[in-house]
Amino acid sequence: MSTPFLHVEHITMQFGGVVAVNDLSMDIYPGEIVALIGPNGAGKTTAFNCITGVYEPTNGRVDFMGEPIVCNHPRGKMKKLYAGEEAERYLSLPTVSYTPDKITKRGIARTFQNIRLFKSMTVFENVLTAMHVRRTSNVFSATFRANRKEETAQREKALELLKIVGLDDVKDELATALPYGKQRRLEIARALATSPKLLLLDEPAAGMNPQETLELTTFIRSIRDQFGLTIFLIEHHMNLVMDISDRIYVIDFGKQIAAGVPAEIQNDPRVIDAYLGVDEDA
Amino acid sequence: MEKKKGLSLQTILTIAGIALIYLLAFLLDRIPGVPIMLTTVLRKGAIYSLVAVSMNLLNGFTGLFSLGQAGFMLVGAYTFAAINISSGIRSTVYQYYDPLLKFSLTETLQNALGSTAGTVLGVFVSLLLAGLLAAVLAYLIGLPVLKLKSDYLAIATLGFAEIIRALVQLEAFAPVTNGSQLLRGFPYFTDTFMPFVIVGICIAVVVLLINSTYGRAFKAIRDDEIAAEAMGINLAHHKRMAFIISSFFAGISGALLAMYQTTVQANTFKSAMTYEILLIVVIGGIGSISGSCIGSFLFIACSEWWLRFLDNETYIGAFKVPLLRTGFRMVVFSVVIMIVVLFFRKGIMGTREISLAGLADRLRKESVKGGKEA
Ligand SMILES: Nc1ncnc2c1ncn2[C@@H]1O[C@H](COP(=O)(O)OP(=O)(O)OP(=O)(O)O)[C@@H](O)[C@H]1O
Ligand SMILES: [Mg+2]
Repeated sequence: MSTPFLHVEHITMQFGGVVAVNDLSMDIYPGEIVALIGPNGAGKTTAFNCITGVYEPTNGRVDFMGEPIVCNHPRGKMKKLYAGEEAERYLSLPTVSYTPDKITKRGIARTFQNIRLFKSMTVFENVLTAMHVRRTSNVFSATFRANRKEETAQREKALELLKIVGLDDVKDELATALPYGKQRRLEIARALATSPKLLLLDEPAAGMNPQETLELTTFIRSIRDQFGLTIFLIEHHMNLVMDISDRIYVIDFGKQIAAGVPAEIQNDPRVIDAYLGVDEDA
Repeated sequence: MEKKKGLSLQTILTIAGIALIYLLAFLLDRIPGVPIMLTTVLRKGAIYSLVAVSMNLLNGFTGLFSLGQAGFMLVGAYTFAAINISSGIRSTVYQYYDPLLKFSLTETLQNALGSTAGTVLGVFVSLLLAGLLAAVLAYLIGLPVLKLKSDYLAIATLGFAEIIRALVQLEAFAPVTNGSQLLRGFPYFTDTFMPFVIVGICIAVVVLLINSTYGRAFKAIRDDEIAAEAMGINLAHHKRMAFIISSFFAGISGALLAMYQTTVQANTFKSAMTYEILLIVVIGGIGSISGSCIGSFLFIACSEWWLRFLDNETYIGAFKVPLLRTGFRMVVFSVVIMIVVLFFRKGIMGTREISLAGLADRLRKESVKGGKEA
């Protein structure tokens, strides 16, 4: 394992007095499937939001493919409130804070825990819209249809993606009219449409039945192989997590409590204590 | 296979429908004795269609609640007027000031290219400049203003429009704007066909834009900003683009309004005008281009023609009809907008577009649905 693909270093995210993510460090290597687990409110989604630029973390740094995409240290009001220890480390570094679209452009795509599809659009349009980021046309060439070739290619690729996730038969339906499980799949198709290198999935199996969850496991592996992706996912379905992950990070109250391969995590007393409990099956 | 056939049928029907409208407009100009009210409604309705569509692009398709339309129209109208005042009456128009612009673009071109070609090119270039100046202004104020969220954006743009209106009346700008006196003596139109053509071209461009990848990005922003941004759509960039394009067409419609009225005065472009346009957009359907057009003609027909009687004191014999007096029309309009907002939030068209093939499709679906229910 060479240099990490995604390198998260001492990330802290404070909302006023609430420390949602506390001094979190993680490394993800090319081609891996890594899971982030922890009890409700542990700060998993917040960690994703810091990586994708939705939030500017109070402190810490994220590198993607060797380049910083996030780098910050406590400023302003947070200087007094900051509860971590590692701030000095980043004081001298230049602040980096890209907007989410720039990070997506660099190759990180994501799905949302609380599904966020474009609700006025059809299934097909949802996927097509996500390809906008890879356009080469400008507003004039696009308006006057000088980009026909690109548009056709995009449409073909969108259709292909829908076939891959198995939604090509409902492509003209309104995205929000789909059942829950299919909406989650559409979110994945839409994320793939941005041509990512790293895919972040926030609870992709939430609301799915056991059968769908089982299919999802195979599906995630297959897209990893087909698109040469690295996958980082948050999930509560332990069967899926243990089955699919190469490695797992466990956090509680924003702090890492364990990290390792599934077998280690399953038997880690701290994890069992904080999260897995005894005999949990969901 | 079937799909393709349906699409081409729809395209043919749409083209046929549009061609028919233009043929009628063309013939109308050649038929003597057409009631003046009808031509008024058609011309003004066409101009309002364009500005309503431009507002819809911003409010309906990009989800930015902006109320600066009258301000951008004013900029367009003044630009068009100021660069075209004919040399013959320039000194009479600028009665109290020394005019700064000592040329008329259209006249210059007429002298160079002959009367017809010069007029066409002059008007075309002037309209373009009118739109461009409005767009430049939108570019300048876009950055700070578009950071604001919904209501604040509305207030800021409304305020901007009012500031612009106050500015053009300032003594300092009077050598160009003629202060609070009106500007006149620029090219205007005497037919219905020409505004229809210009408005048609502009709306066609907006439709093409909306159906392009950029249009999809605008809609994505309207639907869900966070998701749009996560899919790589640069919010600031695209919002600003929508704002600029919308203002460009608002500027052109302002210039057209100047041509229609044959005079320009700042007081025409009050915020009441923006509300009228907003009313049209809401009635027509937020997010529907054809809705905005239908709404415009309906609105203008009501306000200029069908509901005129509300403003006139009327006697039936010795009996004075109650309520009818100047201003009552606006009361009725206010009630209408309240009813629309409360009960018909989606307007006439919702986000749908008019299409004859689509209409047939709908009827079929409805009958199928009816059949199922029965
Ligand atoms: N924007 C915000 N402002 C204030 N507090 C926040 C914000 N976002 C998250 N939090 C808080 O941060 C903590 C972590 O929330 P987060 O959504 O990251 O948890 P999670 O691990 O994803 O939980 P779940 O499994 O329920 O999705 C919670 O206490 C939450 O209330
Ligand atoms: Mg979460």
